[in-house]
Amino acid sequence: MPFDLLIVDDSTAIRKILQRVLHTAEIPLRNVYEAGDGIEALAVLRANEVSLVLSDINMPNMDGLQLLTQIRANEAWKKVPVIMITTEGSQVKVLEAAQLGANGYVRKPFTPEQIKTTLAGLA
Amino acid sequence: MKELVSSKTIVDIVHEVTGEVLSTMLSLETTPGEVYTEMQHGKSDGVVSFVGLAGSQCVGTGSLQCTSAVACSLAGRFLMSEFPHVDDEVLDAFGELTNMVVGNFKTALEGHVGQVGLSIPTVVHGKNFSTRSPGNAEWTVIPFLWGDDKLYIRVCLKAKNSDAAPVPLRKPYTAEQIRNTFSELVQDAAKTQERISWNS
Repeated sequence: MPFDLLIVDDSTAIRKILQRVLHTAEIPLRNVYEAGDGIEALAVLRANEVSLVLSDINMPNMDGLQLLTQIRANEAWKKVPVIMITTEGSQVKVLEAAQLGANGYVRKPFTPEQIKTTLAGLA
Repeated sequence: MKELVSSKTIVDIVHEVTGEVLSTMLSLETTPGEVYTEMQHGKSDGVVSFVGLAGSQCVGTGSLQCTSAVACSLAGRFLMSEFPHVDDEVLDAFGELTNMVVGNFKTALEGHVGQVGLSIPTVVHGKNFSTRSPGNAEWTVIPFLWGDDKLYIRVCLKAKNSDAAPVPLRKPYTAEQIRNTFSELVQDAAKTQERISWNS
């Protein structure tokens, strides 16, 4: 069944690349929303029924870990899978994301196959 | 000031992470150029980006720099599109490349100096501009070459000054606090004297 997905990254380049990867992947997507930071992402989540979130960590205004905390604290969104896609590869951040409830972690630079494999387990 | 990480280690890390970013995201195979150091970068044209690094043991900056034409070419490979001139998309792509290169450099660096924080990239485009760092910062410049094109990665990393200023006594203070403070100062002075004797 087609579902809605949200990409959160302050780089429009990365959002474009992820859009391209998603469209070539055999994933039944209905809408792909974009947000430039955690605050914009929360607005998208409030207005739409998003089933999967791909989020960067280092972003202005509200970073990816703060967004993840907000998502897990919200009754309506707490079961929405969240994948972190980030250059932040330190063990501390990876563990922090896992403890906050991230469902996956993809390090930049990534290949399209890495994204597709990660999403295949969740879609 | 003591050297936290050797220049060779910095260069090795930059070679590894930059090679990986360029080949994975841009399908670009490059050749490392001759590494050199500089105190201040001269006049530049094109695109330059900066990301700040800050940890408990060190502070520094990572920077990428290339001509406008190379920045357009890199953005074109990144986004599978053509960019005849530098625009917002090119600058954004360049910022993200910087984020990946310096971000992965930071992760590798953490194996040597502990946890390090990363700022959000700043990207500048212009002609005949100069960049300056306060103090006597030495930059390690690591070029990457392909065809006639070049991308320069610059890293400036300094150990944090461990000789931190003493915490001032806050009024009201006790006699014991005064005694302790003076005792530490006397011990420090004795150590300094010892170092001077050894050096002379």
